[in-house]
Amino acid sequence: MAQVTLNNIRKVYPNGNEAVEPLSFSIADGEFVVLVGPSGCGKSTLLRMVAGLEDISEGTLSIGDSNVNHVDPAERDIAMVFQNYALYPHMTVRKNIGYGLKNRKIPAAEIEKKVQEAAKMLNLTEYLERKPSQLSGGQRQRVAMGRAVVRDPALFLFDEPLSNLDAKLRHQMRIEIKALQRRLGVTSIYVTHDQVEAMTMADRIIVLNAGRIEQIGTPAEIYHRPASTFVASFMGAPPMNLIDAQVKDGRVVIDGDTPVADAQGTGAVTMGIRPEDVEIGPTCDMPFTIDIVEELGAHRLLHGKLAGQDFTIHIGKDVAAVAGPIRISINPDAVVLFDAETGVAL
Amino acid sequence: MKRAGFTTRWLPMLLLLPQLAVIIVFFYWPAAQAVQSSFYLEDPFGFGSTFVGLDNYTYLAQSTEYAKIARFTLVFTILVTFFSLALALLLAVKADKVIRGAKSYRTLLMWVYAVAPPVAGFIGLLMFNQSWGPLTELAKSFGWDFTLGVNATDTAAAMVLVSVWKQVPVNFIFFLSGLQSIPKSVREAALIDCASAIRRFWDVTFPLLAPTGFFLLIINITYALFDTFGIVDTLVKGEPGNNPMTLVYKVYVDGFRGNDLGGSSAQSVVLMVLVLALTVVQFRLVERRIHYT
Repeated sequence: MAQVTLNNIRKVYPNGNEAVEPLSFSIADGEFVVLVGPSGCGKSTLLRMVAGLEDISEGTLSIGDSNVNHVDPAERDIAMVFQNYALYPHMTVRKNIGYGLKNRKIPAAEIEKKVQEAAKMLNLTEYLERKPSQLSGGQRQRVAMGRAVVRDPALFLFDEPLSNLDAKLRHQMRIEIKALQRRLGVTSIYVTHDQVEAMTMADRIIVLNAGRIEQIGTPAEIYHRPASTFVASFMGAPPMNLIDAQVKDGRVVIDGDTPVADAQGTGAVTMGIRPEDVEIGPTCDMPFTIDIVEELGAHRLLHGKLAGQDFTIHIGKDVAAVAGPIRISINPDAVVLFDAETGVAL
Repeated sequence: MKRAGFTTRWLPMLLLLPQLAVIIVFFYWPAAQAVQSSFYLEDPFGFGSTFVGLDNYTYLAQSTEYAKIARFTLVFTILVTFFSLALALLLAVKADKVIRGAKSYRTLLMWVYAVAPPVAGFIGLLMFNQSWGPLTELAKSFGWDFTLGVNATDTAAAMVLVSVWKQVPVNFIFFLSGLQSIPKSVREAALIDCASAIRRFWDVTFPLLAPTGFFLLIINITYALFDTFGIVDTLVKGEPGNNPMTLVYKVYVDGFRGNDLGGSSAQSVVLMVLVLALTVVQFRLVERRIHYT
């Protein structure tokens, strides 16, 4: 168990491609941090640098109190769970889980005890003699988890561990991994491109885009107070509505003259509002045209146009809605304003 | 899966005919001839033959010379197979790690594959030339007076060396592709689980190469037994007298030099049985042994 510190870590490939721009952050002991971002944002590269599978071009990395820049992966006291499980196909589940311990000169009796414990924790006891090819996807994922858990490392690294599983299993494993991490209290870095995984599992989320950190924050901060239009549109399904607006006389206005919220300054801005922070009803102050009603059972999504711009509204299952004109009002406290040019939150 | 079929029965047979004809004329017919003539004593000048039953075989079984050649062939096969597999594996593992200029290295290592066995043998002759061969000189610098074609052990060493050199590229290609088919993440998992590169090789890489290795083992045994004919022939320069030879070369020497077609045929039949056994082993053992998904 340990604190992890990245100080101006940078990755440049020999062809000059800068995969990760110099970035710094630290992870507290026992914290679960999720790195999230689209494909090619550098999240996996960053994780692999922490693991020691990629060289660090610049900057320093420390796990616990020691600098590990030039320490072999096996000596970093980390355990990693890979996207495609990366089990040893020729070894039984028992040997797969115990292999890392065996190489660390731990007595056979103790390995057996730890493997049994891990297997029990992950419901793998009856599969210990099987080879990975005889297991289902979810079971293989558990073996990969077991291999990490049994080591009792200072740091867990997860590289999109659930992306090869089907939706139902993914949901179940998400909860299992989170519960396991809570119980063991091991510092963890988890890489995913799935914003739902990021939101549900993280103590803290780091949103990456094009090798840069867009925002670091708790899931609630990231969701409600996105630092940029990129974060606003990447996190949340459906994403935050982003609307071109003007600031006039200390107020935000869209198209017409209806003030939406208070603001300082003047000029063009991008206004962000989550679909659920919009109310509908005959007494509301703005006209809205519903094009499509998306029925999701527990709630409905209304897709349409607000002042000629695409806009989505989230309403409860008990609120009726049909395509056509309605009136809406926006919760002024939930409005986030971004610079119209740079997309950075104001 | 949809199975394509022929509407008439004659067309597929017609299409198979050329291939069947080749197999019958060049494989089955000579094989049948060999089995037949192994029961006859052939007149050396071709004036006729006498049926002698199993005499040719009992002669072989009692011949100390044949037993000696069989023993040499066994040792030769083991040495050639072991060294060509081991060297190829070492080269493949090293070449797999090269990042810059990997293609050039690999092409250079595969080059020898294109050399025909007699040419390989001839290159061996040049290298071991008594008066100016560079390898003879090298041996001399270690105090080894290397005399190819005179000293049986020296000739045998040259035979093994040239045969191994000729076979390494084939094994190298297979081992390299075997190595590259091991998932990258499995190797990385091993990197995290085990600090020692040597341990990682024996625990993870080597077992995952085993299917390739088994396949190559059979291929190499067959090579050492049969395909080294050209190398042996060039190196002993048709003067087998004091020189070692393999069982296949002995068939040639007895049949075409000694004109003992009956005895030579009996030896061929023995070899045929050996090939048959190897094939059975390959199909039964190798095809079924360790395959991972």
